[in-house]
Amino acid sequence: MFLIQILLVVFFLFALSKVIGRFRVGDLGLAGVVGWVLFWVAAMVVALLPNSTARLAEFVGIGRGADLVVYVALAGIFFIIFKLIVKIEILNREITKLTRKISLQDRNKP
Amino acid sequence: MLFVIVPAYNEEKNIGRVLGGLFSHGHKNVVVVDDGSTDNTAQAAAEAGATVLRHEVNRGQGAALQTGNDFALQKGASVVVHFDADGQFNPADIEIALGAMKNNNADVLLGSRFLDNRSEIPWTKKYIVLPISRFINRLLTGLKLTDVHNGFRILSRPALEKINISQDRMAHNSEIIKQIRQHKLNFVEHPVEVKYFKYGQGVDGGIKILQDILAAKFLK
Repeated sequence: MFLIQILLVVFFLFALSKVIGRFRVGDLGLAGVVGWVLFWVAAMVVALLPNSTARLAEFVGIGRGADLVVYVALAGIFFIIFKLIVKIEILNREITKLTRKISLQDRNKP
Repeated sequence: MLFVIVPAYNEEKNIGRVLGGLFSHGHKNVVVVDDGSTDNTAQAAAEAGATVLRHEVNRGQGAALQTGNDFALQKGASVVVHFDADGQFNPADIEIALGAMKNNNADVLLGSRFLDNRSEIPWTKKYIVLPISRFINRLLTGLKLTDVHNGFRILSRPALEKINISQDRMAHNSEIIKQIRQHKLNFVEHPVEVKYFKYGQGVDGGIKILQDILAAKFLK
């Protein structure tokens, strides 16, 4: 086993503990916890058995398993960034609405 | 009833003079929207005699204008003037512009720096920044205008009821023009004087505006 595999697994276990912690305090719903646990467990499997992705990579037409992981991860990250940008824009509009409401209410107070 | 709306962010040094100019031209209903200033803009505006609305946090000029519009609508305004707080505009232009609006039976009047020779525009702005901005604005809004992003405008009540500014920052200018077209409002351009104490929005500002407009395309 390589050192990088040990480091990755330790990090994934840490991430898993965070997911379960968030679930316990109620920040994460059931669907969320299941999704994230599956994700980190899958990441651990890939880290411990790098060749497990090779067959899938070959099936979709990519030479190496590691490349497949990178492509999928990049696509996922960009998608998440897009979702975050939209979310932030919506939050911005909501903050403006609240700010406006407060300023108009303050003005109309006797 | 006419309301003058002055969005202001950290303008404690200029606001008193601007408000004095508006009052001396006979405008009684002057509303300053203090957009979360960190200086004493709100206090200075109140002392000068304006009605002050305060945003607890800074939301941008577009947001401040819409707050002013909502307030004016609540108070039964028949017409609203948007007027900058930094002293760039000439309060004498309001009365003349109102006359022009009436003569043209317009719902909206947009100030233009290019219809007379009073505005001394920095030449890089006049011949490079503004023509490019005008072209992009035309592409985005579909309306051909002689000027862009000039904060002087007058809205009649029907226009006020239809136009809703959702662009919090500087892209609200293009958004208003777009909505004029969407709601088929009658508009007229009218010469106004703009004094340049500082450069205003340069190329950076224009790029930020484009970003805001593009971001908004993903929403709604």
